[in-house]
Amino acid sequence: MYAFTYHKAGSVAEAASLAAKHDDGKLLAGGMTLLPTMKQRLAQPSDIIDMGKLDDLRGIEVKDGVVAIKAMTRHVAVATSAEVMKALPALAELAAGIGDPAVRNRGTIGGSVANNDPAADYPAACLALGATIHTNKRAVKADDFFIGLFETALEQGEIITSISFPVPDKANYQKFRNPASRYAIVGVFVAKKGGDVRVAVTGAGDGGVFRQKDFEAALAKDFSAKAIENIKQAEKGLNSDIHADAEYRAHLIGVMARRAVAAAK
Amino acid sequence: MPKVSMTVNGAAVSGDVDSRTLLVQFLRETLRLTGTHVGCDTSQCGCCVVHVNGDAVKSCTALAMSLEGADVRTIEGLANGDQLHPMQEAFRENHGLQCGFCTPGMIMTSVEMVKRKGFNLDEKTIREELEGNLCRCTGYHNIVKAIAAGAQAMGAKA
Ligand SMILES: Cc1cc2nc3c(=O)[nH]c(=O)nc-3n(C[C@H](O)[C@H](O)[C@H](O)COP(=O)(O)OP(=O)(O)OC[C@H]3O[C@@H](n4cnc5c(N)ncnc54)[C@H](O)[C@@H]3O)c2cc1C
Ligand code: FES
Ligand code: FES
Repeated sequence: MYAFTYHKAGSVAEAASLAAKHDDGKLLAGGMTLLPTMKQRLAQPSDIIDMGKLDDLRGIEVKDGVVAIKAMTRHVAVATSAEVMKALPALAELAAGIGDPAVRNRGTIGGSVANNDPAADYPAACLALGATIHTNKRAVKADDFFIGLFETALEQGEIITSISFPVPDKANYQKFRNPASRYAIVGVFVAKKGGDVRVAVTGAGDGGVFRQKDFEAALAKDFSAKAIENIKQAEKGLNSDIHADAEYRAHLIGVMARRAVAAAK
Repeated sequence: MPKVSMTVNGAAVSGDVDSRTLLVQFLRETLRLTGTHVGCDTSQCGCCVVHVNGDAVKSCTALAMSLEGADVRTIEGLANGDQLHPMQEAFRENHGLQCGFCTPGMIMTSVEMVKRKGFNLDEKTIREELEGNLCRCTGYHNIVKAIAAGAQAMGAKA
C-alpha cells in the first residue's frame, strides 16, 4: 500500500468538506473494495476519509411503498432485515448472495453503488427497480447514475447518503456466479410494477450494468418466461474473458432472465 | 506516529501504527498474536478472520485505525485456559485440519456462524457459510463435520 493521510469523519458535512479539499482523496466505507485495490497498489489515494463512525448513515426504512436504505448500511443488515424480506424479498436475497459472510459484515450498499463494478450486484437492483440515489447534494435516478465501468454520476467529494427503491409488484434476481470470486458472470434483475417491466443485466456488459429493452417490451405484454424464449441477446457489447466468452454470456442472460421471471414474487 | 487503542481478547491494548497498518499486522506484528494468519492478497481466503464487536471480519481488509475502540477477539482468545473452546475441540476430534494454516480462520468463522445460524447446522448451510474460507489442504469434508459437531457442543454448553 502507498502511504496516505488518514482522517476519521465525524459527520457527513465533515466528510464532504475533507473530500472536497483533497482532490486525490478517497472516502472509505466498508473497505471491501477500496482496501484490496490499495493493497495491490492499483489505487494511490493521498488521503483516506473514513466514514466508519457515521452512524446516522446506517439504517433501513420501509414506508409508503419505498424501501430506503442509508449508504453505510452493511450487506448483512439488508440480507437479514425482516422489513426488506417482507417488502422486497429479491433485494434481501441479492444482499445475502454478495461475497461471503465476512464481506457482508463490512461491505456497504453505498460503497457498492458508488464503485459500480461491472460485476457487482446492487447496480442491477438499482436499475431494474428504478431506484433513486440520494447524495449530500442531489437526487439522481439510477438510469442517469451508472455511466460506465467503475464510473458514475458522482462528482469528486460527493457522498451517497441513501438509496430508495420503489416497491414493485414482483421482482427477482438470478446470479450466475464466478465460482472463485463470487461476483456475477451474469446477473439479471427483473422487476414488474403495474404495466412496466424493467430488466437489468450485470456482469456481462463491456460498459457495466445495462437494461435489456427487448426483454422488457416482451415481458410488459406477457410476463412469462415463454415470452422471451425466442428473443436473442446480441453478443456485441458483451465481455469476453477467461471466465466466459460473449457467446456464453449472451446465452446466460436469456437463461437467468427466464429464471428470474419464473421466480418473481 | 499515530496511536491506536482497542480491546483484544478482553485486554486493553494500544500501539503505534502507520496509517496503512492493517488490523492483521497490528495483531501479528505489534501484539505478537500470530495465530491469525495471512493466506492471500485478495481478501478471499479467510485465514485472517477475527471477531470485531462480535462480527467475523477479514483482518487483512481493515485498517487498524478504523478500529479505534473496537472489541476484537482472535483465535488466542477462544480457549479457557487449558480447556479448548467446543469448536476447537470439535476440529481436533473430527480431524478438521491437516496443516492447520486455515484453521484459525475456519474456527473464528464457525463460531460466528453459530451465533447467526444456531446450533443445528446442516451441511448445505455450513458449506454456503464457508464461502469466504479456503483450505489449501482441501479437507473440507472433515471441516464441515467438525463445524456441525462443534455447533452441537456449543448448544449443549449454552
Ligand atoms: C472476497 C470478496 C467478494 C465480493 N463479492 C461480491 C459480490 O459477489 N457481489 C458484489 O456486488 N460485490 C462483491 N464484493 C464487493 C463488496 O460488495 C464491497 O463491499 C462493495 O463493492 C464496496 O463496498 P464497501 O462499503 O466495502 O466500499 P469501499 O471499498 O469502502 O469503497 C468503494 C468505493 O466507493 C466509494 N464510496 C464508498 N461509500 C461511498 C459513499 N457513501 N458515497 C460515495 N462514494 C463512496 C469509495 O471512495 C471507494 O471508491 C466482494 C468483495 C470481496 C472482498
Ligand atoms: S488473508 Fe485475509 S482473506 Fe486471505
Ligand atoms: S488444513 Fe491446511 S490449509 Fe486448511
